[in-house]
Amino acid sequence: MSVLVVVECDGGEVKKSSLEVASYGSQVAQLLGTTATAVAVGEATEANLAQLGEQGITKVLYDAEPRLKDFVNGAYTKLIAAAAQQEDSKVIVLANSNIGAAVGSRLSVRLQASLATNVVELPKNDGGQFTVKRGAFSGKALADVVLSGERKILAVKKNSIEALHEAGKTAQVESFSAQLTDADFADAPKQVIMQEQTGGVLLPEADKVVSGGRGMKGPENWNLIEDLAKALGAATACSKPVSDVDWRPHHEHVGQTGITVSPNLYIACGISGAIQHLAGVNSSKVIVVINKDPEAPFFKAADYGIVGDVFDVLPKLTQAVKELG
Amino acid sequence: MKFLVCISNVPDTTTKIAFTPDNKEFNKAGVQFVINPWDEYALTRAIELKEAQGGGTVTVLNVGEADTEPNIRKALAIGADDAIRVNAYPKDAFFVAQQIASIAKDGGYDVILMGKESIDYNGFQVHGMVGELLGIPTVAPAMKLDMSGNTATLEREIEGGKEIVEVNTPFVASCQQPMCEPRIPNMRGIMTARTKPLKVVEPVGDAPRTEVATYALPPKKEGVKLIPAENAGELIKLLRNEAKVI
Ligand SMILES: Cc1cc2nc3c(=O)[nH]c(=O)nc-3n(C[C@H](O)[C@H](O)[C@H](O)COP(=O)(O)OP(=O)(O)OC[C@H]3O[C@@H](n4cnc5c(N)ncnc54)[C@H](O)[C@@H]3O)c2cc1C
Ligand SMILES: Cc1cc2nc3c(=O)[nH]c(=O)nc-3n(C[C@H](O)[C@H](O)[C@H](O)COP(=O)(O)OP(=O)(O)OC[C@H]3O[C@@H](n4cnc5c(N)ncnc54)[C@H](O)[C@@H]3O)c2cc1C
Repeated sequence: MSVLVVVECDGGEVKKSSLEVASYGSQVAQLLGTTATAVAVGEATEANLAQLGEQGITKVLYDAEPRLKDFVNGAYTKLIAAAAQQEDSKVIVLANSNIGAAVGSRLSVRLQASLATNVVELPKNDGGQFTVKRGAFSGKALADVVLSGERKILAVKKNSIEALHEAGKTAQVESFSAQLTDADFADAPKQVIMQEQTGGVLLPEADKVVSGGRGMKGPENWNLIEDLAKALGAATACSKPVSDVDWRPHHEHVGQTGITVSPNLYIACGISGAIQHLAGVNSSKVIVVINKDPEAPFFKAADYGIVGDVFDVLPKLTQAVKELG
Repeated sequence: MKFLVCISNVPDTTTKIAFTPDNKEFNKAGVQFVINPWDEYALTRAIELKEAQGGGTVTVLNVGEADTEPNIRKALAIGADDAIRVNAYPKDAFFVAQQIASIAKDGGYDVILMGKESIDYNGFQVHGMVGELLGIPTVAPAMKLDMSGNTATLEREIEGGKEIVEVNTPFVASCQQPMCEPRIPNMRGIMTARTKPLKVVEPVGDAPRTEVATYALPPKKEGVKLIPAENAGELIKLLRNEAKVI
């Protein structure tokens, strides 16, 4: 009985959120006195999978079927269910990503498991009661949830667990086949379109984010946001009104009705800090607010702040980052 | 074509979250409940597709106690034809999914639409559970939905991009922007909503598999450290040496 960890790969690399998930899974395994096995999905290399040993993974199962490169709900679900069967896994850990949620929810029904999404801490297993902490009310609260099923599936929120790095440890990579048939690929995508990311940093995975609001006045001023983001190696984001009027693409909109981010650093530029915006960012570790209005509500949720004009402050910050070297 | 739109009754987005003194339940006192914002995309898109097809029905479904009826009526006012309420407290996502699946199956619905996730419990899970219970595909979260005959073309958001997916009815999709511009009720809609059918049924299925033991508010911030705008560069030093995030 090992803990099964679902590892998402992209372009050969293991995604950062999956390194966290692997670290989470290996710690759960330790808690339960067992080992952690990973099952990899997406385009992976054997060398990168073997490196999951650094996150405490003992064994990695990998099905090299080329059609598994892109996300296919039916096929992924069957593959992971088969891996769980083989490993007799009572606990399955995956990322709280679009893939993780789509697969985890189907698996929970197929395997009759209790499912907890948005998990932010390691579980407690006291007196046979398995409890996890999860985010609720769009980041405005936390809930301790008891999972009563014999099997449990946990979807771990990004950036809530520190990834382990035990240099030199390697995992054993085994080829694995779930005997997938054409029918399992019936819902395969016809086409996959990736967006241009500022500086190549993917917003949901980013550990630094520079975000702009209506205070930026117009799309022509976004170079100020992009310059700072590039200097920091950060992703760019925006408030809802900004994407509503198409100053920025919709996928950059964070908040209660956009995406939730939890980076180590969130820099808000000309954003007032409405409750719906805060809901999407308030689990960031450090929040910096730049706003010309000292009464802007965002300052109450901030760690650092500058009361000032973004057009004056942003170039100074970019310059200061460049000087750091 | 028969559309089933699932709506969740959630605290308004501006709600200050508070719990009962034992921290076991959400404190509803003084809280305004609304249709889950994501579900409004599902509802409006279903109505648009029905109109484009020149026929068919849009049924709204909620699993909840009688206090959710004002929002069910609101959905009828926006343009749904009829409604079903499963008379039960929505104990957990699996419980809710079983109710939706049972009604979808008995009613022979072609398209089952819901929101991306509820803004109260943030489960992001009911869609997959319903799809699996019914043995049909799920597309979540969908940013675009077009129908041609029995085939739907959807844009599914993935981290960093999107997939174009084609599925045949019946299927489940969970919706988000920019799928459509959510409609608001007009006067005529509000008048006709009063007489549209709202059927109340009792729950079915197995026990929930999860239970919330306690709620807590997130830890409070210590307070903001302000840096004068003239010394903006100082902030970067603090982020490196004090906060250690760059
Ligand atoms: C159901 C619902 C859901 C919502 N969901 C979201 C969501 O997911 N995400 C989201 O972001 N919003 C959401 N909103 C909208 C939210 O309520 C706010 O309207 C929005 O966040 C405001 O965006 P903003 O801060 O960019 O603009 P504003 O509120 O207009 O703020 C602009 C700020 O910029 C400052 N400013 C102006 N000029 C300068 C300058 N030169 N230098 C420095 N500062 C300057 C101003 O002082 C002001 O504080 C939602 C609303 C509703 C009703
Ligand atoms: C105070 C409070 C206490 C709760 N206690 C628990 C608990 O102890 N354990 C637990 O697991 N959950 C609990 N919940 C969550 C509640 O039961 C949810 O309605 C249910 O779990 C589904 O929400 P979700 O976030 O998982 O759905 P998601 O998967 O995020 O929702 C996706 C979509 O499913 C549809 N949907 C969701 N709920 C309903 C519904 N009731 N009727 C019709 N359609 C719906 C909507 O279209 C929604 O957009 C509690 C919620 C509240 C507010």
